[in-house]
Amino acid sequence: MPRINVLEYLDESAARLPEKPAFCDDSLRLAFGELDRRSRAIGTALALGGFCGEPVVVFMGKGPAAVSAFFGALRAGCFYVPLDEEMPRHRIELIFALLQPRAVIYDQSTRAALAGLDFQGEALCYDALLETPIDDIALRKIRSRAIDTDPIYVVFTSGSTGKPKGVAACHRSVIDYVENLSQVLRINEDTIFGNQAPLYVDACLKELYPTLMFGATTWFVPKQYFSFPLKLIEFLNEKRVNTVCWVASAFTMVAALRILDELRPEHLRTIAFGSEVFPVKQLKAWRKACPEARFLNLYGPTEATGMSCFYALPNDFEGDKVPIGGPFKNTDVFLLDEQNQRVEQPNTPGEICIRGTCLTLGYYADPARTAQSFTQNPLHGRYDEKIYRTGDLAQYNETGELLFLSRKDYQIKRAGYRIELGEIESAAHSVEGLHAACCLFDDAKKKIILCYAGDILRADLNEALKAKLPQYMLPNVIHQLEALPLTPNGKIDRNGLKCSMLNA
Amino acid sequence: MDDLLAILNDLYPDVDFTAYDARVDGPLIQSMEMVELITAIEEKFDVEFPPSLMGDPDHFHSAAAIWELIRRLEDE
Repeated sequence: MPRINVLEYLDESAARLPEKPAFCDDSLRLAFGELDRRSRAIGTALALGGFCGEPVVVFMGKGPAAVSAFFGALRAGCFYVPLDEEMPRHRIELIFALLQPRAVIYDQSTRAALAGLDFQGEALCYDALLETPIDDIALRKIRSRAIDTDPIYVVFTSGSTGKPKGVAACHRSVIDYVENLSQVLRINEDTIFGNQAPLYVDACLKELYPTLMFGATTWFVPKQYFSFPLKLIEFLNEKRVNTVCWVASAFTMVAALRILDELRPEHLRTIAFGSEVFPVKQLKAWRKACPEARFLNLYGPTEATGMSCFYALPNDFEGDKVPIGGPFKNTDVFLLDEQNQRVEQPNTPGEICIRGTCLTLGYYADPARTAQSFTQNPLHGRYDEKIYRTGDLAQYNETGELLFLSRKDYQIKRAGYRIELGEIESAAHSVEGLHAACCLFDDAKKKIILCYAGDILRADLNEALKAKLPQYMLPNVIHQLEALPLTPNGKIDRNGLKCSMLNA
Repeated sequence: MDDLLAILNDLYPDVDFTAYDARVDGPLIQSMEMVELITAIEEKFDVEFPPSLMGDPDHFHSAAAIWELIRRLEDE
């Protein structure tokens, strides 16, 4: 029987392994049975409140409790929207304006922040929701009407106009992704994940849903351990973590600080990385420290539900650049040139395009931007078939594997986060006392540089940006200039500015 | 100490490290900046951080604490 709803995974694992830890951190270990009970209590409360087929914002600290709230929203036939406790107020306001949510679930860590927002809907306290007596008849009725193209979540990514874009995915896409990803990563009941990705990005799907599907276990690694790597490896060993899917910079940091000479991750068997380039020197150090592990490079955009491509590194991998390989089963990834013709010969760049069940529902409440990126397959016009144009450039190597090259536009990756430089510029432009701003990215040093002209002091601008942008988007360096250089037709001379700044 | 402050301000231009303390002001140093920080200190002061120190936030919560650590490493 094909699956319709991700909750089927939870139902099965809770029946089979009620006592087994599913999601854990240092303060809470939720077993599958208790996770299931909490999701049903929350689902009942939402259903009683009259919420159905709409976004439920989960504005909670990262951890097992937030995950149970996600599934609670799904039990009620709603979809969840994870927000981060550290997200600045301005960004939350933009997201609320787009979503118009009627229900927000909060906890102690976000109570004050939520009270400070102009939110007219119902603020629901997580702990209070758990007290709701479960109404299984009502929940079964909701499920009987569910179809697999119902939305499951909306996650927000950077938008070049200054407004974050909400990507909505459906159950079908997540089921398709998780089942094919799990085969590639060889997940089973003995898998113990060590999670790094925040819950408000699609990267965390890699841990959440395989854990449900196989009755595996996910440990949330405390964030600060990613700055103190010896503690990180101690944590992995103590929890017997055998599978990690992290941004490449997390691995790079451990290797660059020579931790692997001191302490080896003893249990790691699957090491998946992605979202950024893994420098070969650091990769070598990891492979030496974990000779029994499989190493996989993953690639994919949020718009195609998590990851679309993978490359399993052969033992004798030598080369200065790790390919992104080829697509998962039931996903097609191909390259189009500027004339919308398929690129098949090696060493010729083209835009990465994706088709398949993995395609998300598009940008929430934004049909114009959805139509721009999710287009009719230009290779034929005979029937309705959407593809997603990633804006990423790649080429095939001699052995037919895809190699990532660069972006077509001003989108960058920093510590695994996707950032539109335009969003930073737009935030800067909204600050009083600033005439012009231009944001650059130093690819070599991975630093965001903001140049501006205006009366405002650098430190004041920095403070103002902190209230508008999440931490990972804040410029590393801010330069005040007399004026920004212009091109002959009056636009900011981005290339000229970049040359003068990076060579200064 | 001025050299250390310069390194820190290179990473975080708008933080006053004479006053900053992570135990009071909250964690600041992100993982990749940690790599830059250690590399810059090792170059500037000609010391080598033993990996055992990299697991202990207590040595890195303020400029004074890092300075203390550098002096200890210099003596060794």
